[in-house]
Amino acid sequence: MKPTAPPLAAERKRKRWAKFKTFIPLYLMLIPGILYFVIFRYLPMAGVSISFMDYYPFLGFTGSKWVGLKHFERLFSEPLLWQLLRNTIILALYNIVLFFPLPILLALLINEVRAQKFKNTVQSILYLPHFISWVVVAGICYNLFSPTAGAVTKLLAGFGVTAPNVLGEAEWFRTLITGQVIWKESGWGTIIFLAALAGVDVNLYEAADLDGATRLQKIWHITLPAIRSTIIIMLILRLGSFMDSGFEQIYLMLNSTNRSVGEVFDTYVYTAALINGQFSYSTAVGLFKSVINMVLVLGANRIAKGFGEEGVY
Amino acid sequence: MRAQQGVSRLHRITAFDCVVILILSLVTLICIIPILYVITASVAPAQDATASNFRLLPSYIDWTAYQYLISSETLFRSIGVSLFITVVGTVINMVLTVLTAFPLSRKTLPGRRFLNLMIVFTMLFNGGMIPTYLVVSGLGMLNTYWALWLPGAISAFNMIILRNSIQGLPEELIDAAKMDGCGEWRTLSTIVLPLTKASLATFTLFYAVAHWNSYFSAILYIKNTDMWPIQVWLRQIVMEAGGFGDTINDIGYIPPQSIQYAVIVFATLPILLVYPFVQRYFTKGILVGSVKG
Repeated sequence: MKPTAPPLAAERKRKRWAKFKTFIPLYLMLIPGILYFVIFRYLPMAGVSISFMDYYPFLGFTGSKWVGLKHFERLFSEPLLWQLLRNTIILALYNIVLFFPLPILLALLINEVRAQKFKNTVQSILYLPHFISWVVVAGICYNLFSPTAGAVTKLLAGFGVTAPNVLGEAEWFRTLITGQVIWKESGWGTIIFLAALAGVDVNLYEAADLDGATRLQKIWHITLPAIRSTIIIMLILRLGSFMDSGFEQIYLMLNSTNRSVGEVFDTYVYTAALINGQFSYSTAVGLFKSVINMVLVLGANRIAKGFGEEGVY
Repeated sequence: MRAQQGVSRLHRITAFDCVVILILSLVTLICIIPILYVITASVAPAQDATASNFRLLPSYIDWTAYQYLISSETLFRSIGVSLFITVVGTVINMVLTVLTAFPLSRKTLPGRRFLNLMIVFTMLFNGGMIPTYLVVSGLGMLNTYWALWLPGAISAFNMIILRNSIQGLPEELIDAAKMDGCGEWRTLSTIVLPLTKASLATFTLFYAVAHWNSYFSAILYIKNTDMWPIQVWLRQIVMEAGGFGDTINDIGYIPPQSIQYAVIVFATLPILLVYPFVQRYFTKGILVGSVKG
């Protein structure tokens, strides 16, 4: 370096460079992450443009023809869209009505247990199913409810009851899916409520004891209000993921007899594209779902902020 | 936990306690019975499986299904594949997640806001299954394990939680490390990583369980059946009755159910083995912080 006095602009530039230089190791660390997000997250976003094309794999992205809104016109004119929406919405309602309250009730019960050993054992066992794969859950269900050799079928037959064909009949599909979710996730779902309960002021309970409150009164007036905001937030988050029906789970239980009630967006997209080769149309279906999803998440987040909570985004 | 000493005389066991314990015991039984039943049914002899009446416990213990599976090379190959996918995949997940979270935890980093926005947006909107599939196939990753490792290499959600917990560390620590002449890499490895051990352990567990349990990416991206992980193989056995029908071989008759139960046991075994060692983290509430964000 020459010791000549540099002009002011060059001086500033060198200072900026010197400052930038200290961040170089940090930028180096970021390279793989940025590459990941660009290639596997943003490139597919650009790839939704094939829903405005007649895309064929052998023609490639550049060789396929642009067709404007053709696939969306088809989507909005077909009964399929309403079927997918109806199935998705009904499954989500089953989930919210039947599953959502259970972790709250379980957390309240667990919170009332005074014997620490019993409490720990119960928690350990209840968290376990969360870690078991959907394939295993499906495998267990197929074996328990098989109409010929299923354990539950045999057990009911022992009482003279003919078991319904839970796996085959369409009217059982939603119950089956929701039941699997209840078994797998109810215990794990308590964690967040138990965390909120851990922060409750002990003095409140002592004061209630002095006033002669019963256990139920204490639950109603102290414990429940303490987790109210957590319940609201979880409900809002659930509404934000209304369109996510649990693809890996549903795909395992889907068959020709229950497809009319079980087909949801993701299962349809997969079959239409990779089994039937309709790449562009199924991407249009997927794009429709993604857009609705984004609107719901942003809406849910807005509502959460309205409740004075931090929101997620 | 609360005020047990002070008002202990009020805390005699009441009918209320009994009801609570009764309900919870019942729920816990419902939760665990299917798992236990799978294990006992996997060692039930053929006569139990084919009988028309229900048995909770096998009439005697019969290892035929296991003998048969152990002699088939598919079982060990698919377990090996699953382990390989899980170990390498989790390492990739953790390295990338840490390397993204650490720089972004630095409030002074130029461009930080933009990068954060870019990452958060991916949680709101995604290209969907088909465009992602086309990218993976365009990169020549079909039929390779890269297709299982790279498309989900960073969970934006986990990364943000980790970034926040690094931000939560006292700033003086990082400044002091700098004063001592630590470079960024040294700061990361000697200060930040040891202090976020609990979150790192939690994410490792989550990523690893996700890899072990996933089946759909393998169905989507891998056509070569020799490369299938155990979950895909299990799905094949259970759903399409592929692989095994009624099996009569030199060991004797093995009903398909016994084999399915035994494969379910193998597919869950690693989780059951690891679970007792990690579950204390949940009860200690370390997970709680990360679940809450």
